[in-house]
Amino acid sequence: MNVTLLKSQSKQIENTQTTHIEKQFVYKTTDLNLWYGSTHALKNINLDLHENEVTAIIGPSGCGKSTYIKTLNRMIEMVPGVKTSGEIQYRGRNILDKSYGVEDLRTQVGMVFQKPNPFPKSIYENIAYGPKIHGIKNKKVLDEIVEKSLRGAAIWDEVKDRLKENAYGLSGGQQQRLCIARCLAIEPDVILMDEPTSALDPISTLKVEELIQELKNDFSIIIVTHNMQQAARISDRTAFFLSGEVVEYRDTTTIFSNPTDKRTEDYISGRFG
Amino acid sequence: MPRGNDKEYSVQQMIIEKRLKKKNHFNFEKLIPGLLLLTAVLSVLTTIGIVFTLIFETFIFFDRVSIIEFLTNKKWYPFSATNASFGIMPLVVGTLKITGIAAIVAVPIGLATAIYLSEYASEKARRVIKPILEVLAGIPTIVYGFFALTFVTPILKQMIPSLETFNALSPGIVVGIMITPMVASLSEDAMSSVPRSIREGAFALGATKLETTIKVILPAAVSGITASVVLALSRAIGETMIVSVAGGSTPNASFDVTSSIQTMTAYIVQVSTGDAGYQTTIYYSIYAVGMTLFLFTLFMNLFAQFITRKFKEEY
Ligand SMILES: Nc1ncnc2c1ncn2[C@@H]1O[C@H](COP(=O)(O)OP(=O)(O)OP(=O)(O)O)[C@@H](O)[C@H]1O
Ligand SMILES: [Mg+2]
Repeated sequence: MNVTLLKSQSKQIENTQTTHIEKQFVYKTTDLNLWYGSTHALKNINLDLHENEVTAIIGPSGCGKSTYIKTLNRMIEMVPGVKTSGEIQYRGRNILDKSYGVEDLRTQVGMVFQKPNPFPKSIYENIAYGPKIHGIKNKKVLDEIVEKSLRGAAIWDEVKDRLKENAYGLSGGQQQRLCIARCLAIEPDVILMDEPTSALDPISTLKVEELIQELKNDFSIIIVTHNMQQAARISDRTAFFLSGEVVEYRDTTTIFSNPTDKRTEDYISGRFG
Repeated sequence: MPRGNDKEYSVQQMIIEKRLKKKNHFNFEKLIPGLLLLTAVLSVLTTIGIVFTLIFETFIFFDRVSIIEFLTNKKWYPFSATNASFGIMPLVVGTLKITGIAAIVAVPIGLATAIYLSEYASEKARRVIKPILEVLAGIPTIVYGFFALTFVTPILKQMIPSLETFNALSPGIVVGIMITPMVASLSEDAMSSVPRSIREGAFALGATKLETTIKVILPAAVSGITASVVLALSRAIGETMIVSVAGGSTPNASFDVTSSIQTMTAYIVQVSTGDAGYQTTIYYSIYAVGMTLFLFTLFMNLFAQFITRKFKEEY
């Protein structure tokens, strides 16, 4: 059984069904509003995210970056009292529609969190968990997936001799790359990352950044970051959020060298936030 | 800015004055560790005293009845005037039957309750159910005993006609009901202390709630859950009232659960409330039985501690 093949076949099927929607977008967000109870956290967001690119989301604390990225895989539903309006099309289908199976969505859209959150299991089991719950039981296939994912996350050489050890024995930076590997194991289409390096030291950060650069060949990546240099270094496009709104969204070089909006300029030059 | 210059007081000045005052007074603070140590020593000494009495009286018993007979004889007829026999086996089997039945009742129900409370229940449901569990845990065991005898036994009798009035099944089930809240509440604590971020990690991979619970949360909480089960079972072993009231007083070494039994605890009660003379063999026998019981629960508690330490979650 070849997982990659199965996966790409199913993607092809999906793509042929949705060719009339522009193929280069993974996500099309239309008039998205979100409320936590009475707090209006996202206001009329319109944002189209591109395939095989790194999209950075920047903005001051509390502007709704995490909220937005968590709606993209509907993790936001875990917060009680959240209401949304508008539409988020993922590959042509509205994911906010209740009929969209949330497990299906999350199988396609992986997520890496701010704090590394490996399972309290062995390194091997951490990676094999995703494929296992989706029904892949063959030991040999699992072995291959584990190696491939760990290689993909540039951590194979560091852990190949200790796959049976508990993941909590790894350093913070290694744990974060392990979490990325865990995400790669089910070969998602999109990877969401919410400040994936904010808990890491500079060297681990660099490693994760290099990794992201490589991953974008195979995946579409959306990353929230507080670090402007990081956004400039690794992203193709940048969206600037402020108080729940998208102020500016362009390709990264332009937004950093020549921002149109005064507020963007103030933010990236460090005048507030 | 120089401190305290622009106001009438300086905080530092006040603190220094207070401290000086304190120094001149008798310092109560110094006495505290001594007092606390005293109480700690007192409770340790009491425990040692109890264990020592137990051991001492047990030795006297084994002076009269050989330890070989105690361990290997399959009959417990202490009251027989002509040929009394003191084989602990029937009492141990009685206790094990109760504990086994209780485990069969308490482990699945307790675990299911814990899973429901920690993973599925709304905040509102949790607020209602948890206090109910705590009330259940606070009911005096004598009440459970009569519940077993007058309510559970008649119902069981309708299903199993051969059931004796005093039997192992009914008190076993009721002991299980009694310890279920303990299993549920301690397991729930263990499961809720698994960080939310780990659940999110599983959900983000497309795992359902059930897959997350079974394959991530339960394994992560396994040491706490095991400890809760072991602790609950050691309570079942030591349970006295329920088995005295509903279990009968016929020591027997068979594993039949429908006939009358006697547990170690029930025997001790029987002798203590009866008219066995001071310093008779029967009198000393309760210490030997008590010692056996003590070793059982001690072992269970050590096992629980070992499990908790061995599988210490590190998240
Ligand atoms: N669970 C919640 N309940 C209520 N309000 C919330 C909740 N989570 C976030 N908010 C509010 O929504 C707004 C956006 O929060 P969000 O976490 O998306 O900000 P952020 O841009 O990710 O900030 P940071 O950079 O600090 O992570 C904030 O005003 C916040 O107070
Ligand atoms: Mg955030």
